[in-house]
Amino acid sequence: MTSFPWLSLIVFLPLAGALLCLLVKAEAARWLALGVTVADFVLSLPLWWLFDSSSAGMQFVERASWISSPPVQYNLGLDGISFPLVLMTTFLMPFCVTVSWTAIDKRVQLFMSMLLVMETAMLGVFVALDFVLFYVFWEAMLIPMYLLIGVWGGPNRLYAAIKFFLYTLAGSVLLLVAILALYFQGGHTFDILALSRGTYGASLQMWLFLAFFAAFAVKVPMFPFHTWLPDAHVEAPTAGSVILASVLLKMGTYGFLRFTLPMLPDATASFTKPMIALSIIAIIYGAYMALAQTDIKKLIAYSSVSHMGFVTLGIFVLNIQGIEGAVMQMVNHGITTGGLFLCVGIIYERTHSRQIQDNTGLAGPMPRYALFLMIFALSSLGLPGTNSFVGEFLVLAGTFVWSQFATALAALGVILAAAYILWLMQRVVFGTPAAAHRAHLLDLNARETATLIPLIILVFALGIFPNPLLSRMHASVTHLIGGLKGPAVAVERQQTSVPADQATATISAALSPSSSEQAAPR
Amino acid sequence: MTFPLQDLITILPELIVIGMACLILALDPILEASKKDVLAWLTLGALAICIGLTSSQMPGRVSAFSGMVVVDAYAAFWKLLLYIVTGLTVLLSLAYLKAERLSIGEYYGFILLALAGMMVMVSGADLLTIYLGTELMSLSLYVMAGLKRTEARSLEASAKYFVLGAFSSGILLYGISLLFGLAGSTGLAAIAAAIATHGTGDPLLSLALVLLTVGFGFKLAVVPFHMWTPDVYQGAPTSVTAFMAVASKAASFGAFLRVFVEGLGAASADWSVLFTVICLATLALGNLVAIVQTNIKRMLAYSSIAHAGYALIGVVVAGGHRAEGASTGFASVLLYIAIYSFMTLGAFALIGMLRKEGQESDQIEDYAGLAKREPLAAFFMLVFLVSLAGIPPTAGFIGKFYIFMAAVNGGMTWLAIVAVIFAAISAFYYLRIVMVMYMREAEGAIATQSRLETSPALSLVLACALAGVVLLGLFPNGLWSLASQAAPLLK
Repeated sequence: MTSFPWLSLIVFLPLAGALLCLLVKAEAARWLALGVTVADFVLSLPLWWLFDSSSAGMQFVERASWISSPPVQYNLGLDGISFPLVLMTTFLMPFCVTVSWTAIDKRVQLFMSMLLVMETAMLGVFVALDFVLFYVFWEAMLIPMYLLIGVWGGPNRLYAAIKFFLYTLAGSVLLLVAILALYFQGGHTFDILALSRGTYGASLQMWLFLAFFAAFAVKVPMFPFHTWLPDAHVEAPTAGSVILASVLLKMGTYGFLRFTLPMLPDATASFTKPMIALSIIAIIYGAYMALAQTDIKKLIAYSSVSHMGFVTLGIFVLNIQGIEGAVMQMVNHGITTGGLFLCVGIIYERTHSRQIQDNTGLAGPMPRYALFLMIFALSSLGLPGTNSFVGEFLVLAGTFVWSQFATALAALGVILAAAYILWLMQRVVFGTPAAAHRAHLLDLNARETATLIPLIILVFALGIFPNPLLSRMHASVTHLIGGLKGPAVAVERQQTSVPADQATATISAALSPSSSEQAAPR
Repeated sequence: MTFPLQDLITILPELIVIGMACLILALDPILEASKKDVLAWLTLGALAICIGLTSSQMPGRVSAFSGMVVVDAYAAFWKLLLYIVTGLTVLLSLAYLKAERLSIGEYYGFILLALAGMMVMVSGADLLTIYLGTELMSLSLYVMAGLKRTEARSLEASAKYFVLGAFSSGILLYGISLLFGLAGSTGLAAIAAAIATHGTGDPLLSLALVLLTVGFGFKLAVVPFHMWTPDVYQGAPTSVTAFMAVASKAASFGAFLRVFVEGLGAASADWSVLFTVICLATLALGNLVAIVQTNIKRMLAYSSIAHAGYALIGVVVAGGHRAEGASTGFASVLLYIAIYSFMTLGAFALIGMLRKEGQESDQIEDYAGLAKREPLAAFFMLVFLVSLAGIPPTAGFIGKFYIFMAAVNGGMTWLAIVAVIFAAISAFYYLRIVMVMYMREAEGAIATQSRLETSPALSLVLACALAGVVLLGLFPNGLWSLASQAAPLLK
């Protein structure tokens, strides 16, 4: 615990940068945005060491009154679930700036400013401990994202931007009503922790669950609310796609973990089956759709639907492996899919096409690029040794405990992922070079290499040494599971916790011999 | 018969406003055309004095003229809001009248007379006083709507407004006379007492209630009494449109709430059902018809209809639920209208001064590429539109937050759900303007594209409106406590 306002600084530094960006020239705005995002990352780094991984409570808490009646507080805090997401966000933002360095050449100031506003809003969502404050950050993100897609996006950007906006807004307005209903039922407070401690009637929980679901499922996006995602991903500029895929989607799953599970345990227990069914449909359907795509970005977008299906699957099997795997997968998907979108952005800048057929055979002219793309691709399909393997494995281990049949279905998604990713790689990396572009394809320049290297490092770091991150979320996830009072869940947990814990320990030990002493106490 | 001095002191702000209006009308023919700005500054001076006077009257409740007029926190809240929006309108008019070459000194006189009428409306504790205030306001506005004498649309607006306004005044008067027949008095307190003794079962009372609703419905521009609004808002000079959309709506809400709470509070179960229907119709029609508009003034007219619908939610909830729920319901209406005033005024100020080739360019198409030509103006418009759509962290969100909160508190969660869905729909047409400004390229030669005609006065208006929208969104405590203190209580 510390009295230094870490979180406020981390959240609002980008906003200050956003205002400054509007006042300077284009080139200065680029450097300013880079400086601010890097500074924000550096500022968030100490949290890694200051974070007390033995505590399940909120850390770095800041409290102040915002609105006196009704009592809306400016409450910020981090726990093991939000902590990895905050670091992931601050880590990724500098690359959103660097990848836009030359790709964005009109209205640079506004673009950089919107990126920074997005960063403030996204970080705010993850650290807010007051429901209204959370909602304010949650909604405040819509306008900058709308502009990012609509102003700097592809040919069909207007449609994609308004579709993104209306989908997410329609989902989240119901959340507002649910927040207000909770306020009056939950002891006249918007404090998330206090609301999580309350108990609510069964029918109220059902309604609230549906309202929360409307907001979060659209954001994730869960099948069948995913249709905005391919449009938004494809039309958004690269930085926008990275933000969308890496951070925005996580806000939906984060919402489930922060609100749905702790506040509505009974409804969660009774909705487990449909939620898992939707997750598995998303995994398989997303993968099938990815197989059929000819546009690289669209392919990755559908693979996101599939990967996010793993996250929601892990959340709703309601055990520790599942949820730790889900949080892990949230971070991994952020890094891997972020990396893939960065790669697509880099090649789009050269060939001005996202079609697979226009971008074949890149291994010859761009060997370094091909290597990086390959690593992200293999990570995306969950190759052991890369980060995604850990998350997917944990989720599947958790699902196995819940139902072997469901695990088998979900594992089908992993196989399909191998199919669409390897097929994509076969064409893009090793295919016959597309004649039109061969002449002027330059390999990665220093800026682009610097953009991708840190992500590559993380792909392996988290793949080989997942424990430092897992151990930081362990206490919070255990606490979260402990709060699920539903009878069905409790029985299930008792029966299953031992073998599944062993499974985690085994995988940790197998993957990272050097950190096995860290795994031992678990 | 001599008036007691105390009564005159109580209505001093009204007297100052009327006195200044007369002074301006007298000065106007004497002043040279180039010095007509002086009249605007005189108007602002009068408003500044009134702000001081009314602030000092805020606590307590003083009746004057045998209970015809009352000055309490409720009246003071509306009056302060009216001074501010009138002041901003005057500043806007300074820029707008010049751009339109409408060198008309009596304009400021009419603004002050309309303001005096509005002040009487919100201070009236007798149906006849309120009626007189309504007429003074309306007559001034009829003239102001037709000030662009060479333009057919402006004249049409004026004529239409006059005919329908006069019609609605007649209906209002008819309702008042029925109530007089029931209660033997037009005083709100006496009417409340009469209803308390006779009960609410009298069909005449129901008829009077309906007639009053129709009468006020016209002034509030709620469905189905909204027909005049789009034409008048589009045709009137934009500074006048802003004044009508904001001040006239605020004053009408002020008078309407006082009549239905202090006079007809006992029948609240009846009128809250009536208003539920009106509220739903207003939300639906305002928001849906706004989607298809191609003229931005017309779109904002429908938007202002929709916003009256949101405010009505607070009234419905307060009427259906007494005690604590009622006071937060009314307070949320006061807060909502205040916030609505800032964002709507800001939007109209921009619309009025966005011009091409000396003409107002109020087609949505004219906004194409504005973000490139006028980045600052586009940004201001963006903030106003986002606030109108109720997206945080702007004030528009705070307004909707309190309204929805009152609805959920009053057990009308279903109404809150309907309203948030319409709020999501409304985002579509507000965002469409953002899309045109930021994502479309302008067509045609640069000379024919719309530009913002800036002036210090306009900058001041925009800065004040933006500050209102942003600061009230971030720090709503002060305004909410003012609104809670001022909110009337159902007895």
